[in-house]
Amino acid sequence: MPRQTPSQTVGPYFAYALTPGLYGRRAIAGNRLALADAPGEPIRIEGRVLDGNGSPVIDSLVEIWQAGPDGRIAPGAAGFGRCGTDDTGTYRFETVKPGAPGDGQAPHVMMTVFARGMLSHAFTRLLFSDEEEANAGDPVLAAVPEERRATLIARRQETAAGPVYRFDIHLQGEAETVFFDA
Amino acid sequence: MTDSTAAAPGGFAPRDWAQHPPYLSPEYKSTVLRSPRKPLIPMAQTPSVLTGPAFGQDAVDPLDADLTRNGRVNGEPLGERIIVTGRVLDEDGRPVPDTLLEIWQANAAGRYVHKWDRHEAPLDPNFFGAGRCVTDGQGRYRFTSIKPGAYPWGNHHNAWRPAHIHFSLFGPSFLTRLVTQMYFPGDPLLPLDPIYNGIPDGARELLISRFSIDVTEPVWALGYEFDIVLRGRKATPMEG
Repeated sequence: MPRQTPSQTVGPYFAYALTPGLYGRRAIAGNRLALADAPGEPIRIEGRVLDGNGSPVIDSLVEIWQAGPDGRIAPGAAGFGRCGTDDTGTYRFETVKPGAPGDGQAPHVMMTVFARGMLSHAFTRLLFSDEEEANAGDPVLAAVPEERRATLIARRQETAAGPVYRFDIHLQGEAETVFFDA
Repeated sequence: MTDSTAAAPGGFAPRDWAQHPPYLSPEYKSTVLRSPRKPLIPMAQTPSVLTGPAFGQDAVDPLDADLTRNGRVNGEPLGERIIVTGRVLDEDGRPVPDTLLEIWQANAAGRYVHKWDRHEAPLDPNFFGAGRCVTDGQGRYRFTSIKPGAYPWGNHHNAWRPAHIHFSLFGPSFLTRLVTQMYFPGDPLLPLDPIYNGIPDGARELLISRFSIDVTEPVWALGYEFDIVLRGRKATPMEG
């Protein structure tokens, strides 16, 4: 039986291929999701990627995948977003708040983190701070040690531009974000 | 539910950590502060991970797969012309059709277009170094490009990356995502490269492409074959 092809780091120089809008080229996906134009609550998800020293990771790539406001996965790539971190380590996505899938899971956004210095990517899963009741019943969150659950909760802030959910990704350290093996 | 969910009713086989590099690989110095250290938490395969973004043939332009033409300004790019082709399969040997591949690489002199690449080697005005295509019904892909050059990096004294092409693939789900690098046969830099050596013994050779005289086109370009294997299907169903 064929064996899985090994992973390798995305390296420092992916931008002109994966986020080529910066180079005046057509991108296949960006940080404004097609879902952002769907009915629902427009939101921004924003945060920094930080290393074990708490320093910003300025050359990482974050991808997200989410359901629409009805909790269902839209066909195609409407629920997909991709953003490289800037020189402060910040990524941001313009999207709509996903709905609950209706199977006991809380509304959530799947996230993949790639970077120079990461030979394999890491999977995490963002939940929303204003969904306390749904989060309490979420089976994936329940499987996480209690003292680490807060790393998966994006904090809602009301801004003039609309609601922003803050979600920092700590690759390492005391506050290391929970990463999953799914 | 999308077609990709229907294609894997029992979910996907786990990431095989006997094949993939661990997060911490100290010889590659950037891993030291960027490696998650706490145990990964097992996660059920919910609908949001059994599905994934789908990009069809309409997402790409045929020119996207020809790196000798898609960055052309006033002439041919310099270097040795190559064809890189292969199949995307899953662990069960099934082809993975209609999946997006994105590639990027240095030019023949070992220089990337990227604004941070300060290597004192020339940029090629006619080579951009990025491409994409979607696999056909048999999981086959094909790129035309220029053989990338080796280049120095700051990991340790006299460190040089072997010639490589970066590959990014999606497969049918969020879980089948893969970013990897393809290398060339007989490269003397491979045994010295901590990124390549971060892969477990017995697995790293899978990233070395094969020279093929059959893929090689007379008086035009050398041919290399590189098959890519994504996660397969799980044998037994698992609850969502």
